[in-house]
Amino acid sequence: MNKDEMNSPFGAGDEQRLWDYIDGFSSPNEKTVIEQLLDGKSEWKAKYQELLEIQQLLESSELEAPSMRFTKNVMEEIAKLHIAPATKNYINKRIIWGIAGFFITLIVGFLVYGFAQVDWTVQGDSKLPVDFTKVDLSKMFNNDWVNAFMMINVILGLFLLDRFLANKRKKFTEES
Amino acid sequence: MLTGLNDNELISKVLSGDQQAYAGLVNRYQNYVFTLALRFTKNREDAEEVSQDIFIKAYRALADFRGASKFSTWLYTIVNTTCITFLRKKRLEVHSLDNEKVFEVADNQDSGMRANMVEQKSRLAMVNNAIKLLSTDDAEVITLFYKGEQTLEEIAQILGIEANTVKVRLHRARTRLKEKMETHFAQEVKDL
Repeated sequence: MNKDEMNSPFGAGDEQRLWDYIDGFSSPNEKTVIEQLLDGKSEWKAKYQELLEIQQLLESSELEAPSMRFTKNVMEEIAKLHIAPATKNYINKRIIWGIAGFFITLIVGFLVYGFAQVDWTVQGDSKLPVDFTKVDLSKMFNNDWVNAFMMINVILGLFLLDRFLANKRKKFTEES
Repeated sequence: MLTGLNDNELISKVLSGDQQAYAGLVNRYQNYVFTLALRFTKNREDAEEVSQDIFIKAYRALADFRGASKFSTWLYTIVNTTCITFLRKKRLEVHSLDNEKVFEVADNQDSGMRANMVEQKSRLAMVNNAIKLLSTDDAEVITLFYKGEQTLEEIAQILGIEANTVKVRLHRARTRLKEKMETHFAQEVKDL
Protein backbone atom coordinates (compact mmCIF):
# COMPACT_ATOMS: atom_id res chain seq x y z
CA MET A 1 0.00 0.00 0.00
CA ASN A 2 1.41 3.41 -0.92
CA LYS A 3 1.52 6.50 1.30
CA ASP A 4 -0.99 8.41 -0.86
CA GLU A 5 -3.60 5.77 -0.21
CA MET A 6 -3.00 5.96 3.52
CA ASN A 7 -3.44 9.75 3.50
CA SER A 8 -6.32 10.05 1.03
CA PRO A 9 -9.88 10.56 2.37
CA PHE A 10 -12.55 7.84 2.02
CA GLY A 11 -13.94 8.10 -1.54
CA ALA A 12 -17.01 6.80 -3.33
CA GLY A 13 -15.05 3.98 -4.98
CA ASP A 14 -13.75 2.88 -1.59
CA GLU A 15 -17.22 1.82 -0.54
CA GLN A 16 -17.33 -0.62 -3.47
CA ARG A 17 -13.90 -1.92 -2.37
CA LEU A 18 -15.22 -2.45 1.14
CA TRP A 19 -18.29 -4.27 -0.17
CA ASP A 20 -16.04 -6.52 -2.27
CA TYR A 21 -13.98 -7.21 0.86
CA ILE A 22 -17.10 -8.05 2.88
CA ASP A 23 -18.51 -10.24 0.07
CA GLY A 24 -15.18 -12.04 -0.29
CA PHE A 25 -14.60 -10.86 -3.87
CA SER A 26 -11.32 -9.04 -3.19
CA SER A 27 -8.03 -10.43 -4.48
CA PRO A 28 -5.51 -11.51 -1.82
CA ASN A 29 -3.44 -8.34 -2.44
CA GLU A 30 -6.48 -6.08 -2.19
CA LYS A 31 -7.55 -7.91 0.95
CA THR A 32 -4.20 -7.15 2.61
CA VAL A 33 -4.41 -3.48 1.60
CA ILE A 34 -7.94 -3.14 3.00
CA GLU A 35 -6.97 -4.86 6.25
CA GLN A 36 -4.12 -2.35 6.64
CA LEU A 37 -6.51 0.54 5.93
CA LEU A 38 -8.98 -0.81 8.47
CA ASP A 39 -6.22 -1.06 11.06
CA GLY A 40 -4.78 2.37 10.33
CA LYS A 41 -7.74 4.58 9.46
CA SER A 42 -10.68 5.19 11.75
CA GLU A 43 -12.78 6.51 8.85
CA TRP A 44 -12.43 3.16 7.06
CA LYS A 45 -13.16 1.23 10.22
CA ALA A 46 -16.34 3.24 10.90
CA LYS A 47 -17.55 2.73 7.32
CA TYR A 48 -16.71 -0.97 7.53
CA GLN A 49 -18.80 -1.34 10.69
CA GLU A 50 -21.69 0.50 9.02
CA LEU A 51 -21.60 -1.75 5.93
CA LEU A 52 -21.20 -4.85 8.07
CA GLU A 53 -24.36 -3.87 9.94
CA ILE A 54 -26.29 -3.60 6.66
CA GLN A 55 -24.81 -6.92 5.52
CA GLN A 56 -25.99 -8.64 8.70
CA LEU A 57 -29.44 -7.09 8.40
CA LEU A 58 -29.76 -8.29 4.82
CA GLU A 59 -28.56 -11.77 5.66
CA SER A 60 -31.06 -12.07 8.48
CA SER A 61 -33.98 -10.57 6.55
CA GLU A 62 -36.98 -12.88 6.28
CA LEU A 63 -38.59 -14.47 3.28
CA GLU A 64 -42.27 -13.84 2.65
CA ALA A 65 -44.53 -16.89 2.78
CA PRO A 66 -47.53 -17.58 0.52
CA SER A 67 -50.85 -18.88 1.84
CA MET A 68 -51.06 -22.22 3.66
CA ARG A 69 -52.89 -23.77 0.72
CA PHE A 70 -50.19 -22.86 -1.78
CA THR A 71 -48.62 -26.31 -2.26
CA LYS A 72 -52.06 -27.92 -2.40
CA ASN A 73 -53.19 -25.46 -5.08
CA VAL A 74 -50.11 -26.14 -7.20
CA MET A 75 -50.48 -29.91 -6.83
CA GLU A 76 -54.16 -29.71 -7.82
CA GLU A 77 -53.24 -27.78 -10.93
CA ILE A 78 -50.42 -30.06 -12.01
CA ALA A 79 -52.59 -33.14 -11.48
CA LYS A 80 -54.34 -32.14 -14.72
CA LEU A 81 -51.06 -31.73 -16.60
CA HIS A 82 -48.31 -33.85 -18.10
CA ILE A 83 -44.62 -33.02 -18.25
CA ALA A 84 -43.77 -31.80 -21.74
CA PRO A 85 -41.14 -33.89 -23.55
CA ALA A 86 -37.62 -32.43 -23.43
CA THR A 87 -37.04 -29.92 -26.20
CA LYS A 88 -33.95 -31.78 -27.44
CA ASN A 89 -36.11 -34.84 -28.08
CA TYR A 90 -38.47 -33.20 -30.53
CA ILE A 91 -36.16 -30.66 -32.16
CA ASN A 92 -34.33 -32.71 -34.74
CA LYS A 93 -30.86 -31.30 -35.42
CA ARG A 94 -30.93 -32.76 -38.91
CA ILE A 95 -33.89 -30.49 -39.77
CA ILE A 96 -31.96 -27.41 -38.58
CA TRP A 97 -28.90 -28.48 -40.58
CA GLY A 98 -31.17 -29.15 -43.55
CA ILE A 99 -32.60 -25.60 -43.44
CA ALA A 100 -29.09 -24.13 -43.07
CA GLY A 101 -27.90 -26.28 -46.01
CA PHE A 102 -30.80 -25.10 -48.18
CA PHE A 103 -29.98 -21.43 -47.65
CA ILE A 104 -26.23 -21.93 -48.09
CA THR A 105 -26.89 -23.81 -51.36
CA LEU A 106 -29.22 -21.01 -52.49
CA ILE A 107 -26.59 -18.33 -51.82
CA VAL A 108 -23.82 -20.35 -53.48
CA GLY A 109 -26.13 -21.01 -56.44
CA PHE A 110 -26.85 -17.30 -56.90
CA LEU A 111 -23.15 -16.48 -56.71
CA VAL A 112 -22.21 -19.16 -59.26
CA TYR A 113 -24.99 -17.99 -61.58
CA GLY A 114 -23.90 -14.35 -61.18
CA PHE A 115 -20.28 -15.12 -61.98
CA ALA A 116 -21.32 -17.29 -64.93
CA GLN A 117 -23.10 -14.26 -66.44
CA VAL A 118 -19.96 -12.12 -66.40
CA ASP A 119 -18.25 -11.70 -69.73
CA TRP A 120 -14.63 -12.27 -68.72
CA THR A 121 -13.33 -11.63 -72.26
CA VAL A 122 -14.02 -7.89 -72.08
CA GLN A 123 -10.71 -6.00 -71.89
CA GLY A 124 -10.12 -3.34 -69.28
CA ASP A 125 -8.81 -0.75 -71.71
CA SER A 126 -11.68 -1.03 -74.18
CA LYS A 127 -14.63 1.31 -74.20
CA LEU A 128 -17.40 0.50 -71.80
CA PRO A 129 -20.41 -1.07 -73.54
CA VAL A 130 -22.77 1.11 -71.53
CA ASP A 131 -23.25 4.84 -71.88
CA PHE A 132 -23.77 5.90 -68.27
CA THR A 133 -25.16 9.28 -69.24
CA LYS A 134 -28.18 7.51 -70.78
CA VAL A 135 -28.87 5.20 -67.88
CA ASP A 136 -32.30 5.83 -66.36
CA LEU A 137 -31.83 5.12 -62.63
CA SER A 138 -35.52 5.63 -61.83
CA LYS A 139 -36.34 2.46 -63.83
CA MET A 140 -33.85 0.44 -61.82
CA PHE A 141 -35.09 1.68 -58.46
CA ASN A 142 -38.70 0.95 -59.31
CA ASN A 143 -37.87 -2.69 -59.72
CA ASP A 144 -39.30 -4.91 -56.97
CA TRP A 145 -36.08 -6.89 -56.75
CA VAL A 146 -34.06 -3.74 -56.12
CA ASN A 147 -36.52 -2.64 -53.46
CA ALA A 148 -36.24 -6.02 -51.76
CA PHE A 149 -32.45 -5.82 -51.97
CA MET A 150 -32.49 -2.34 -50.42
CA MET A 151 -34.80 -3.57 -47.66
CA ILE A 152 -32.41 -6.42 -46.81
CA ASN A 153 -29.55 -3.93 -46.72
CA VAL A 154 -31.47 -1.64 -44.39
CA ILE A 155 -32.21 -4.58 -42.08
CA LEU A 156 -28.54 -5.62 -42.15
CA GLY A 157 -27.57 -2.00 -41.43
CA LEU A 158 -29.91 -1.87 -38.42
CA PHE A 159 -28.54 -5.20 -37.23
CA LEU A 160 -24.98 -3.85 -37.42
CA LEU A 161 -26.04 -0.66 -35.62
CA ASP A 162 -27.62 -2.77 -32.89
CA ARG A 163 -24.39 -4.80 -32.52
CA PHE A 164 -22.37 -1.58 -32.38
CA LEU A 165 -24.62 -0.05 -29.68
CA ALA A 166 -24.64 -3.33 -27.70
CA ASN A 167 -20.83 -3.34 -27.71
CA LYS A 168 -20.74 0.28 -26.56
CA ARG A 169 -23.19 -0.50 -23.75
CA LYS A 170 -21.11 -3.51 -22.71
CA LYS A 171 -17.95 -1.40 -22.59
CA PHE A 172 -19.74 1.31 -20.63
CA THR A 173 -21.03 -1.23 -18.09
CA GLU A 174 -17.60 -2.77 -17.68
CA GLU A 175 -16.04 0.65 -17.15
CA SER A 176 -18.67 1.66 -14.62
CA MET B 1 -40.02 -38.62 3.53
CA LEU B 2 -39.49 -36.20 0.63
CA THR B 3 -37.63 -33.68 2.76
CA GLY B 4 -34.60 -35.99 3.02
CA LEU B 5 -34.09 -36.05 -0.74
CA ASN B 6 -32.04 -33.47 -2.61
CA ASP B 7 -33.39 -31.51 -5.58
CA ASN B 8 -32.01 -33.83 -8.24
CA GLU B 9 -33.41 -36.92 -6.52
CA LEU B 10 -36.83 -35.29 -6.28
CA ILE B 11 -36.67 -34.30 -9.95
CA SER B 12 -35.75 -37.86 -10.96
CA LYS B 13 -38.74 -39.16 -8.99
CA VAL B 14 -41.09 -36.67 -10.67
CA LEU B 15 -39.74 -37.50 -14.12
CA SER B 16 -40.20 -41.18 -13.49
CA GLY B 17 -43.89 -40.59 -12.80
CA ASP B 18 -44.13 -39.83 -9.08
CA GLN B 19 -46.06 -36.57 -9.36
CA GLN B 20 -46.35 -36.21 -5.57
CA ALA B 21 -42.56 -35.79 -5.31
CA TYR B 22 -43.03 -32.37 -6.89
CA ALA B 23 -44.67 -31.23 -3.64
CA GLY B 24 -41.22 -31.57 -2.04
CA LEU B 25 -39.78 -29.04 -4.50
CA VAL B 26 -42.76 -26.71 -4.10
CA ASN B 27 -42.44 -26.80 -0.31
CA ARG B 28 -38.71 -26.18 -0.50
CA TYR B 29 -38.83 -23.20 -2.87
CA GLN B 30 -42.25 -21.63 -2.39
CA ASN B 31 -41.01 -18.90 -0.03
CA TYR B 32 -38.09 -17.98 -2.30
CA VAL B 33 -40.30 -17.87 -5.38
CA PHE B 34 -43.10 -16.01 -3.61
CA THR B 35 -40.69 -13.40 -2.19
CA LEU B 36 -39.15 -12.80 -5.60
CA ALA B 37 -42.58 -12.56 -7.24
CA LEU B 38 -43.66 -10.11 -4.55
CA ARG B 39 -40.68 -7.88 -5.39
CA PHE B 40 -42.19 -7.53 -8.88
CA THR B 41 -45.92 -7.49 -8.26
CA LYS B 42 -45.87 -5.49 -5.01
CA ASN B 43 -49.04 -7.20 -3.84
CA ARG B 44 -49.59 -10.60 -2.27
CA GLU B 45 -52.57 -11.76 -4.38
CA ASP B 46 -50.74 -11.24 -7.66
CA ALA B 47 -47.54 -12.69 -6.21
CA GLU B 48 -49.38 -15.85 -5.18
CA GLU B 49 -50.97 -16.20 -8.62
CA VAL B 50 -47.66 -15.63 -10.39
CA SER B 51 -45.82 -18.04 -8.05
CA GLN B 52 -48.38 -20.73 -8.77
CA ASP B 53 -47.96 -20.11 -12.48
CA ILE B 54 -44.16 -20.38 -12.08
CA PHE B 55 -44.36 -23.79 -10.38
CA ILE B 56 -46.77 -25.05 -13.04
CA LYS B 57 -44.45 -23.85 -15.83
CA ALA B 58 -41.46 -25.42 -14.07
CA TYR B 59 -43.36 -28.71 -13.79
CA ARG B 60 -44.28 -28.71 -17.47
CA ALA B 61 -40.69 -27.94 -18.48
CA LEU B 62 -39.01 -30.21 -15.92
CA ALA B 63 -37.75 -32.59 -18.62
CA ASP B 64 -35.69 -29.70 -19.98
CA PHE B 65 -33.79 -29.30 -16.71
CA ARG B 66 -30.51 -31.07 -17.47
CA GLY B 67 -28.76 -30.43 -14.18
CA ALA B 68 -26.15 -28.15 -15.77
CA SER B 69 -26.99 -25.55 -13.11
CA LYS B 70 -28.63 -25.71 -9.70
CA PHE B 71 -32.38 -26.34 -9.80
CA SER B 72 -32.89 -23.07 -7.92
CA THR B 73 -30.98 -21.12 -10.62
CA TRP B 74 -33.12 -22.73 -13.31
CA LEU B 75 -36.30 -22.04 -11.32
CA TYR B 76 -35.37 -18.38 -10.70
CA THR B 77 -34.85 -17.92 -14.44
CA ILE B 78 -38.49 -18.95 -14.86
CA VAL B 79 -39.42 -16.56 -12.02
CA ASN B 80 -37.65 -13.71 -13.78
CA THR B 81 -39.23 -14.27 -17.20
CA THR B 82 -42.71 -14.98 -15.81
CA CYS B 83 -42.68 -11.87 -13.62
CA ILE B 84 -41.51 -9.66 -16.48
CA THR B 85 -44.27 -11.08 -18.70
CA PHE B 86 -46.78 -10.52 -15.90
CA LEU B 87 -45.73 -6.88 -15.55
CA ARG B 88 -45.96 -6.37 -19.30
CA LYS B 89 -49.42 -7.86 -19.35
CA LYS B 90 -50.54 -5.66 -16.53
CA ARG B 91 -48.90 -2.74 -18.30
CA LEU B 92 -47.13 -1.75 -15.17
CA GLU B 93 -43.92 0.15 -15.44
CA VAL B 94 -40.81 -1.60 -14.28
CA HIS B 95 -39.64 1.32 -12.22
CA SER B 96 -36.16 2.66 -12.24
CA LEU B 97 -34.98 4.54 -9.21
CA ASP B 98 -33.91 7.39 -11.46
CA ASN B 99 -37.57 7.85 -12.25
CA GLU B 100 -39.27 10.44 -10.08
CA LYS B 101 -42.48 8.41 -10.04
CA VAL B 102 -40.74 5.80 -7.95
CA PHE B 103 -40.22 8.26 -5.18
CA GLU B 104 -43.92 9.05 -5.24
CA VAL B 105 -44.77 5.35 -5.11
CA ALA B 106 -42.21 4.84 -2.38
CA ASP B 107 -43.65 7.66 -0.34
CA ASN B 108 -47.18 6.31 -0.74
CA GLN B 109 -46.05 2.84 0.23
CA ASP B 110 -44.08 4.30 3.08
CA SER B 111 -47.13 5.91 4.70
CA GLY B 112 -48.89 2.53 4.68
CA MET B 113 -45.84 0.75 5.97
CA ARG B 114 -45.27 3.14 8.82
CA ALA B 115 -48.51 1.97 10.43
CA ASN B 116 -47.32 -1.55 9.97
CA MET B 117 -43.97 -0.69 11.50
CA VAL B 118 -45.59 0.34 14.76
CA GLU B 119 -46.76 -3.25 15.12
CA GLN B 120 -43.59 -4.93 13.89
CA LYS B 121 -40.88 -2.83 15.38
CA SER B 122 -38.17 -5.24 14.57
CA ARG B 123 -34.96 -4.71 12.64
CA LEU B 124 -35.93 -7.42 10.20
CA ALA B 125 -39.30 -5.90 9.40
CA MET B 126 -37.54 -2.61 8.79
CA VAL B 127 -35.17 -4.19 6.25
CA ASN B 128 -38.02 -5.99 4.51
CA ASN B 129 -40.04 -2.81 4.29
CA ALA B 130 -37.02 -0.86 3.02
CA ILE B 131 -36.49 -3.51 0.30
CA LYS B 132 -40.13 -3.06 -0.74
CA LEU B 133 -39.36 0.60 -1.39
CA LEU B 134 -36.63 -0.28 -3.88
CA SER B 135 -37.14 -0.61 -7.62
CA THR B 136 -37.90 -4.09 -8.95
CA ASP B 137 -34.37 -4.53 -10.33
CA ASP B 138 -32.69 -3.54 -7.08
CA ALA B 139 -35.01 -5.61 -4.89
CA GLU B 140 -34.58 -8.64 -7.15
CA VAL B 141 -30.78 -8.59 -7.16
CA ILE B 142 -30.64 -8.14 -3.36
CA THR B 143 -33.13 -10.97 -2.80
CA LEU B 144 -31.30 -13.33 -5.16
CA PHE B 145 -27.94 -12.60 -3.57
CA TYR B 146 -28.92 -12.68 0.09
CA LYS B 147 -31.94 -14.96 0.20
CA GLY B 148 -31.81 -16.95 -3.03
CA GLU B 149 -28.40 -18.44 -2.24
CA GLN B 150 -27.11 -17.56 -5.69
CA THR B 151 -23.57 -16.57 -6.68
CA LEU B 152 -22.85 -13.57 -8.92
CA GLU B 153 -22.41 -15.91 -11.89
CA GLU B 154 -25.71 -17.65 -11.18
CA ILE B 155 -27.54 -14.33 -10.83
CA ALA B 156 -25.95 -13.27 -14.12
CA GLN B 157 -27.35 -16.43 -15.72
CA ILE B 158 -30.82 -15.79 -14.26
CA LEU B 159 -30.95 -12.17 -15.39
CA GLY B 160 -29.14 -12.75 -18.67
CA ILE B 161 -26.43 -10.20 -17.95
CA GLU B 162 -22.68 -10.19 -17.18
CA ALA B 163 -21.45 -11.11 -13.70
CA ASN B 164 -19.65 -7.75 -13.48
CA THR B 165 -22.90 -5.95 -14.20
CA VAL B 166 -24.55 -7.93 -11.39
CA LYS B 167 -21.79 -6.77 -9.05
CA VAL B 168 -22.36 -3.13 -10.03
CA ARG B 169 -26.14 -3.54 -9.68
CA LEU B 170 -25.73 -5.15 -6.28
CA HIS B 171 -23.53 -2.32 -5.08
CA ARG B 172 -26.01 0.30 -6.31
CA ALA B 173 -28.94 -1.59 -4.80
CA ARG B 174 -27.27 -1.70 -1.38
CA THR B 175 -26.41 1.99 -1.57
CA ARG B 176 -30.02 2.80 -2.41
CA LEU B 177 -31.27 0.53 0.34
CA LYS B 178 -29.08 2.36 2.82
CA GLU B 179 -30.47 5.68 1.57
CA LYS B 180 -34.03 4.37 1.90
CA MET B 181 -33.42 3.21 5.44
CA GLU B 182 -31.91 6.56 6.39
CA THR B 183 -34.70 8.55 4.71
CA HIS B 184 -37.78 6.55 5.60
CA PHE B 185 -36.75 4.74 8.76
CA ALA B 186 -34.37 7.25 10.32
CA GLN B 187 -35.55 6.59 13.87
CA GLU B 188 -35.32 2.82 13.50
CA VAL B 189 -31.81 3.13 12.02
CA LYS B 190 -30.78 5.25 15.01
CA ASP B 191 -32.13 2.60 17.38
CA LEU B 192 -30.04 -0.13 15.75
